[in-house]
Amino acid sequence: MIISIASGKGGTGKTTVTTNLAAALNGRAELLDCDVEEPNAHLFLHPVIAREETVAIPVPLVDESRCTLCKKCAAICRFNALAVVGRQVLVFPELCHGCGGCLLICPEDAITETGREVGAIRLGRSGAVGFIDGRLRVGEAMSPPLIKRVRAAADPERITLIDAPPGTSCPVIAAMHGADFVVLVTEPTPFGLHDLKLAVEAVRLLGIPAGLVVNRADLGDDAVFRYAESEDLPLLLAIPFDRHIAEAYSRGQLIVDALPDWRQRFVELYQQIDTIVCRNTTTCANSSSSAAKAAPARPA
Amino acid sequence: MRELVIVSGKGGTGKTSLTAAFASLAKNSVLCDADVDAADLHLLMAPQVVQRADFMGGSKALINPDLCTGCGTCRTLCRFDAISERFAVDPIRCEGCGVCVDFCPAAAIDFPVQRCGEWFVSATRFGPMVHARLGIAEENSGKLVSLVRRQARQLAEEQGHDLLITDGPPGIGCPVIAAIGGATALAVVVEPTVSGRHDLERVLDLAAHFRVPAMVCVNKYDLNLDMTEAIEAMATRRNAALLGRVPFDPVFTRAMVAGTTLFEFGETTPAHRCVRDIWDTLAASPAMNALGIVDLKAVPHLNKA
Repeated sequence: MIISIASGKGGTGKTTVTTNLAAALNGRAELLDCDVEEPNAHLFLHPVIAREETVAIPVPLVDESRCTLCKKCAAICRFNALAVVGRQVLVFPELCHGCGGCLLICPEDAITETGREVGAIRLGRSGAVGFIDGRLRVGEAMSPPLIKRVRAAADPERITLIDAPPGTSCPVIAAMHGADFVVLVTEPTPFGLHDLKLAVEAVRLLGIPAGLVVNRADLGDDAVFRYAESEDLPLLLAIPFDRHIAEAYSRGQLIVDALPDWRQRFVELYQQIDTIVCRNTTTCANSSSSAAKAAPARPA
Repeated sequence: MRELVIVSGKGGTGKTSLTAAFASLAKNSVLCDADVDAADLHLLMAPQVVQRADFMGGSKALINPDLCTGCGTCRTLCRFDAISERFAVDPIRCEGCGVCVDFCPAAAIDFPVQRCGEWFVSATRFGPMVHARLGIAEENSGKLVSLVRRQARQLAEEQGHDLLITDGPPGIGCPVIAAIGGATALAVVVEPTVSGRHDLERVLDLAAHFRVPAMVCVNKYDLNLDMTEAIEAMATRRNAALLGRVPFDPVFTRAMVAGTTLFEFGETTPAHRCVRDIWDTLAASPAMNALGIVDLKAVPHLNKA
């Protein structure tokens, strides 16, 4: 089971929902922080990191002794990452998408590949919860290759919880593609509603079932709730604005630790998702009964 | 012409609410919404669109089944797993590199240019505004950000506005890089949380990387006073000027629900004074006033040009 937690608008509580859900599910869950531009889940889960890997994408390296300056590489590159200037091929690695076209087209076999570091992934554990995150190198523009690497490292035996980046463009799609369910987290404000509508369009485009978590549910108006009803978007959980929650969050504390009543509510959130996913699919890997078993309180 | 870009690293810290409040305090400015992925500024500005245009991004492969021989070359060469066993291109996975197009032995693959979104020039009660909407699941958000900023800058120069206020996207990736390059200064809005502090560090690193001066204001500072102080100390260590603090105040949400900026909403709270002070500090800051020129309009030869 793969569950992506996304939002459209930033700062609505994606990381709060993902980290608390992971803690509530304990050892059954693995959290993937795919908000690689600003990864925050580690600040709440304090994982022990077992391994760190640098992630690079392939970029061309031109052997000038073989190059005949035929310009075919520059012509095939749609991203303007190669240019022939005077008697030299200039490579702009930061523009390269790593498609390998130049390598294939070069008639002299003058191009090989080297790596451009886009960031790093870290793998570890927080108690029994599996943990993987990606950190985009500062100054690097392309996050999707790194997001894909974080996802490729996931343990298929566990419930995968993906903390997605905000927005609706390619990085978000990379974090939602292939998920069984998307939890959309929003706040009941005009900005929250506007961006929720965009996020709903994105999940519909991908054909993934979705449900709603409304955070700071009592600050704003009721337009988000009316929209959810009209769109048949199930309301899975409403988290009120509570200064205790906001302050616990500000210190890096989980809600399920600060206010233990919430642990059961996050377990129930998962059970609702599991029910919806099972209804939609014939094969069901994680039945709700096994999820309930997986949810004893974590040792303090 | 000067450009102030409001960014945050972490999303939802109050960029757009503050941008709108600044717009209502600024004189003679042009507004630009560079958060093309999830643009919200228009919800407070009620822009009247005077000009709209399509944004054409990259191309995507399209296999013509009548010409396809099923040889499998495209599937072998595609590094993005975008081509199915039945030789259909998944437009979401397609990176637009065109390798399959060029190497298809049957020349069966088209490469149509995609309409990735649209952009607008509008009139608002605070002056002209340039904004955009990127299509859902589209790429090239950085290109669209560059486009709206270029248009806004051009408009400001043509119409004699001396300030551009740009609402930036969250994060530190492609659209943010496109939003801050060449800006006069950044106002970074941060909240006093562990996430806010972590994300601020990365956005300040990015600002330093691109050599754009950054200034910091802490929103909802009273949610964690210790963290506010830690953030301000960190910002100071990194040579980011401090703009001030704004308390947590539901008046921001109420004003947003009413579709107005803070200062138009019929209530006055301590937050108003704070935001006004922050704007005054910004407007008079050394970063926004290179060479000590506070009022560009008052410089005779610049005025003539």
